[in-house]
Amino acid sequence: MIGHSLTRGLDRTALLVIFLLLAVAVLVPLFNLYLPPSSPLHVPSYVVALIGKYLTYALLALSVGLIWGYCGILSLGHGAFFALGGYAMGMYLMRQIGTRGVYGNPVLPDFMVFLNWQELPVAWWGFQYFPYAMLMIVLVPGLLAFVFGWFAFRSRVTGVYLSIITQAMTYALLLAFFRNNFGFGGNNGLTDFKDILGFNIQAPETRAALFAASAVALALGYLICRSIVYSRFGKVLVAIRDAESRTRFLGYRVENYKLVVWTLSACMAGVAGALYVPQVGIINPGEFEPANSIETVVWVAVGGRGTLVGPIIGAVLVNFAKTWFTTGALAPYWLFMLGGLFIAVTLFLPKGIVGTLAGLLRRERRASPSEAEAPTPNSEPPPSGGPVVNPSAAE
Amino acid sequence: MRRGLRWRPHIPASLRTALAILLLLFIPSAGMTQTADLRPLVNALGAGGYNETDAAIQELARTGDPAVAGILEALGAGNLYTRKSDGEVFIASRASGGFALTDPLTGASAGEAASGAVERIRVNNRLRRTIRTAYGALTLLSPDAGMRRAATQSIFQSGDADSIPLLDEAIAAEKDGSILRLMREARAAAVLKSDLSDADKVEAIRTLSARGGRETLALIAPLAGAGGEVGAAATTAVSTIESNLALWDAGQNVWYGISLGSVLLLAAIGLAITFGVMGVINMAHGEMVMLGAYTTFVVQELIRAHAPWLFDWSLTIAVPLAFLVAALVGMAIERGVIQFLYGRPLETLLATWGISLILQQTVRTIFGPTNRQIGSPSWMSGSFELGQLTITYSRLWIVVFALAVFLLLILILRFTAFGLQMRAVTQNRPMASAMGIRTPWVDALTFGLGSGIAGIAGVALSQIDNVSPNLGQAYIIDSFMVVVFGGVGNLWGTLVGALTLGIANKFLEPYAGAVVGKILVLVFIILFIQKRPRGLFALKGRAVEA
Repeated sequence: MIGHSLTRGLDRTALLVIFLLLAVAVLVPLFNLYLPPSSPLHVPSYVVALIGKYLTYALLALSVGLIWGYCGILSLGHGAFFALGGYAMGMYLMRQIGTRGVYGNPVLPDFMVFLNWQELPVAWWGFQYFPYAMLMIVLVPGLLAFVFGWFAFRSRVTGVYLSIITQAMTYALLLAFFRNNFGFGGNNGLTDFKDILGFNIQAPETRAALFAASAVALALGYLICRSIVYSRFGKVLVAIRDAESRTRFLGYRVENYKLVVWTLSACMAGVAGALYVPQVGIINPGEFEPANSIETVVWVAVGGRGTLVGPIIGAVLVNFAKTWFTTGALAPYWLFMLGGLFIAVTLFLPKGIVGTLAGLLRRERRASPSEAEAPTPNSEPPPSGGPVVNPSAAE
Repeated sequence: MRRGLRWRPHIPASLRTALAILLLLFIPSAGMTQTADLRPLVNALGAGGYNETDAAIQELARTGDPAVAGILEALGAGNLYTRKSDGEVFIASRASGGFALTDPLTGASAGEAASGAVERIRVNNRLRRTIRTAYGALTLLSPDAGMRRAATQSIFQSGDADSIPLLDEAIAAEKDGSILRLMREARAAAVLKSDLSDADKVEAIRTLSARGGRETLALIAPLAGAGGEVGAAATTAVSTIESNLALWDAGQNVWYGISLGSVLLLAAIGLAITFGVMGVINMAHGEMVMLGAYTTFVVQELIRAHAPWLFDWSLTIAVPLAFLVAALVGMAIERGVIQFLYGRPLETLLATWGISLILQQTVRTIFGPTNRQIGSPSWMSGSFELGQLTITYSRLWIVVFALAVFLLLILILRFTAFGLQMRAVTQNRPMASAMGIRTPWVDALTFGLGSGIAGIAGVALSQIDNVSPNLGQAYIIDSFMVVVFGGVGNLWGTLVGALTLGIANKFLEPYAGAVVGKILVLVFIILFIQKRPRGLFALKGRAVEA
């Protein structure tokens, strides 16, 4: 049954995406580990780490793309869920350090010893167990999103108001996590990890495995989003995006639909954060910066809203550009680029790269009548420029 | 609107020193006849050890000559030196290669001396007390009211049983009501330290209890634990004063809150126009504030380089310039980007965020990433006391300024043709257009107005915050909170919202700490928006759904 619902909506595009992701998951680690550095196909370790990071960003972008592109909820606070998942993973990794810390305390992480704490705070209990930590990675962001969404959607906070309070949410968390006595390492965050599940976190094999896990998680996330979007549930989501009041008047409980997809999206962001932390080796409150969340939104916008491939492509492309720019002599110009990207995409490319390309392809196909024009219900839905506004409200 | 900000002379806090020096300068006319008699007494100050100096001070004080006050002042400050060659005493200040000597009695210059030729008259704590008491006695009967007041204050803090007869004498002679009250209080403070009867002490405690304040509390509190009549009276007095102080503390919090609220108001008021009236989410609003602050910086740099005498006017000059700079940038943004995005709020949000990144980076490239120093004109520095409140001029002016800007804006919207057109376009764009209002033009001007006001806010904020390219980022979330909390499309809502949030923040701070207080306020707003999604003062009717 579940298998069926997951495979529903698998068309050529989807199969291609999943195939590509799995191929990356297998090949990149193989090329990294088993080809000698002299080989032209050898992937250096730093590239593995870099692409691994991009993949977790892509998963975060996918979670934003799901709610923004298909339900019209623009979250400016998804970085908060990402960071919470990351902190949950970081807490597990901190507990794994054990007596190898600077102070050698078997229970307390270094920063607590430094702050002269005697006991482990309740929030940290159980994080030495990997399954518990895994549960928390999904549960903590999910629970926050559920509570937040339950209040917000019931009282019909929509549009920019919702965007602004999501921003306030991540800002409040940023302030909280910066505090030392909040119990999560203050502004230094959590770092200096040693091993994960008994494997050395610095070892190339572990890094390769984490990379593969990120790619597989992204593929899974894509599959889940795909099956949601092509289910009846997904159709209602699109209806909410395009005409919320009308959908409500048709008898759908709009707030419940929103709440489900919002919470799910937050869980996905949490998983992305959890995969991100062991690969970059640190999590600190900076991840809660509202600017990060907005940047995620621009990845989605660049790639293409209303598609699922778009956010993945957008996240990888923009971050590749960021790495390329910020490591060279062009570093001071990166923010100009990023800012220009925000403006250019909204003004000239409202459908994003994927949406625009898909539009071109469709026009071409229509132009050549030789190809049978059977309606393909499984193709990407037409990308939309966001919630349709009342024409009279627009200029 | 800037007419309110005019230069006001500020009375320095160290009134006492200034007056003592004045006194010293006027001695020749005041006490010429006694100069000769005083000379040996003054020279006796440096004649021996601490005990001899002590005796000499008492002797000098007994003469009651006003010149003595200045000498004692110099002695206390360690500026009195003996010339080794003849034992004459001078006031000396360091000059190149030695000391410049001044005659302590006439105030005339007495040449210079090498470092080895003079010796400082040293004072210990006991001598300092003697000096203070003697000085107090001299000044309590001075014809100058300011001098008497300062002297009374000094005795209040350090007086002891010895000062009681002096004070009694002064009280009998005093005509000025407020100084009289101060003297009675100082006497009461002295009584507490004396070994007078319990009845006197209870009376003294009653007098002091009426005065209130922290220093009074410090005087009475040690007695509160003791038994007997005095202890009981002291306990009552302490609790009275403490509850009084708590009230003042609340008052201080309200003031801090109003001050923070006015900062929020300044930052949010421009946003209230662009977001509230036009429905445009301008994430680059904070950068308009930053541009205003940097305009102030440039103005001050130019003034420093070319016209230093204008420095006190720098802020006044910066205000219209900051308005112009920010308004022009704002209009460019509106014409260049936002006009294509009306009706698509989420896209506007992203595009303006991009603009904010570009503006920040531009400023960073031009001015560097570090904080820039902005000077304060003299009328903005210093503070004054209001009861137990300490109010700094910079904060006071910012509150006044914020309210002035707010009122001006209300007046513009209410009474000018532009305001009328703006409201018309806001309420019904097609109809306004049909009436012949050039709506695109009004849009651009409105956006310019909102941005310009943000620029003005930057001038004020440059006085209390670090001027760096990130200045705007710090205010953008708070400003949105204020506008959303107060209700979109309603300037009065913005005023109430800003002040409420400011005061709430400051009241939470003592209990929860600054950061947690801020988090609580944010959480409160998030919950509040759930309850009233359109803010405190929501628009009603069709405009709501636009």
